[in-house]
Amino acid sequence: MATNVGEVSGPRHGRAPAGPPKQPSRRTVRVGRLDLRLSPYLFVAPFFVLFAVFGAYPLIYTAILSTRKNTLTGGDAGFVGLENYKKILWDEHFWIVIYNTFGLFIVATVPQLIFALLIASWLNKKMRARTAIRMGVLIPNITSVAAVGIVFGLIFADRYGLANWLLQSIGLDAVEWRNHRWSSWTAIAFMVDWRWTGYNALIYLAAMQAIPKELYESASLDGASAARRFWRITVPLIQPTILFTVIISTIGGMQLFTEPLLFNYGRIQGGSLNEFQTVAMYIYETTFTNNYNVGRGAAISWLLFVIILIFALINFALVRRSVKGTTS
Amino acid sequence: MSTTMTRPRSVPGTPPPGKKRRVRNASSALWDASPLTYLALIITIVLSVFPIVWSFIVASRDNSAVTDIPPPLTPGPNFFDNASRVLANTDANFVYGLINSAIVSSCVTLSVVFFSTLAGFAFAKLKFRGKNALLLIIILTMMIPTQVNIIPLYLLMVKFDWTNTLQAVIVPFLVKGFGVFMIRQYAESAISDELIEAARVDGASTWRTYWSVVLPALRPAAAVLGLLTFMETWNDFLWPYVVLNGDTPTVQVSLNILATGYYKTDYVQVFTGTALAIVPLLLVFVAFGRQIIGGIMEGSVKA
Repeated sequence: MATNVGEVSGPRHGRAPAGPPKQPSRRTVRVGRLDLRLSPYLFVAPFFVLFAVFGAYPLIYTAILSTRKNTLTGGDAGFVGLENYKKILWDEHFWIVIYNTFGLFIVATVPQLIFALLIASWLNKKMRARTAIRMGVLIPNITSVAAVGIVFGLIFADRYGLANWLLQSIGLDAVEWRNHRWSSWTAIAFMVDWRWTGYNALIYLAAMQAIPKELYESASLDGASAARRFWRITVPLIQPTILFTVIISTIGGMQLFTEPLLFNYGRIQGGSLNEFQTVAMYIYETTFTNNYNVGRGAAISWLLFVIILIFALINFALVRRSVKGTTS
Repeated sequence: MSTTMTRPRSVPGTPPPGKKRRVRNASSALWDASPLTYLALIITIVLSVFPIVWSFIVASRDNSAVTDIPPPLTPGPNFFDNASRVLANTDANFVYGLINSAIVSSCVTLSVVFFSTLAGFAFAKLKFRGKNALLLIIILTMMIPTQVNIIPLYLLMVKFDWTNTLQAVIVPFLVKGFGVFMIRQYAESAISDELIEAARVDGASTWRTYWSVVLPALRPAAAVLGLLTFMETWNDFLWPYVVLNGDTPTVQVSLNILATGYYKTDYVQVFTGTALAIVPLLLVFVAFGRQIIGGIMEGSVKA
């Protein structure tokens, strides 16, 4: 403690710290305690306030709307119970879009994840220009969905499209891509996969890098081929990550909207017989065109939410089981 | 940055020193990319880049190119003519769309990064009652798809009289559960408790600690979150499509107007718009590609 020279009151009281400086310090302690107790809540509050208004409230409001007769043009016309749900579930249209959404999801996701695994195993080597190569693989993911829809719309144009030109140059017939279910699904799967395969490959790559290299080295000393090492070591060990990508793809796939919309130049019906209309497009068509039926659109939205939730829960259970399986 | 982002989760046992030479030989045979690997990757990259390059090729030609067989694969001379035609198109309002998208994406990015670092820091390093329950809620919010909320959100915007205004595409997206979660995961390991303690002992308030100690330490993760948020917002289609029209478009809405209105009559203009809409993202990607890749890989390992 420095001895007080100039101060008059300090040393006379015999206590070490002087009186005046102590007053604010006591207040700091009190403020400090309040600060410690309150700050955490203040720091997380903005998230919860904004989420309550723009996330939770709409979710609940969707549920309420789904039990009411309500149109954008006519307004609210009262409670109708489960009438909207009944109308939807008894309408063939709903089952067509469910079939399309699930079908497109499978047609797009299975090859996408397989190719992503392959690309990741290629990337998981020592190589030159590593960052540039990874960027080249990821670049489709940074382009907008709208751009993808437009560019692939021309690649899969009926006349003069690149895809048809390639088909014809190897002696096959040109395809009217928008007139059949299989052809439109193929084209849309191409769009989705072009945009997402590289992204998933990087996620797999991250998981592969965490596998101890010794495993591969001893397996190769034991004479295991590259393909065998891939299926017996790589795939089982990154299984949790594979399930993670399946969850992400499921949530994305159930919401598919822009690609099929722009594939057919912005027509919400998705083909003349709804061959590639998805649930999300059906929600839009029901709510914002035709009869502007908000109640029914809300009911479809809730059905979609429940489907996604069920999927997520199934996936979650699978992930837990597989994680348990690898640790025990 | 990318080195800290790609650290492996499990530490492999170190081989005994005597075996080192042999292991290295075996490992170089296993891990060096073969010519075949390079070839496969080059094909992958060509397929990845081609549609983007091709949109620029089409954008540099004129409408007669549509009937060319085989389709044109080299650039033509008309890019700037086409670009000025797009920019002068009053239906699509493209310049306005670009400016709006820049404003919207910047606002959303700043806000998401700010609130995510604030809350992520609190969840990682501060003690408070109900922390785990609140964190669980944040994780659950990540599972709610936009589609489900679109109708009530639209009605809300009508009630606020916000349709066709920029706040309609900014305000509902000021926070993001993913961001809070991501920053929280990063802060757990990147910020030591001693650092927070030291700031406390020096008399810093919690806010002061956040601002001058925590935020600088979170910079790498905040940058990645910012980049991902910016690109996501720039590319968002469905919600702007619902709530905005050609008077106040984002760039994606302008693109959609071009695509639906002019595809049959003037598709070169559509492609020029597409190319112009991609350019800002390409610039961001070229400048920060390494960080973006690191962020995607890190996020997946942690999740």
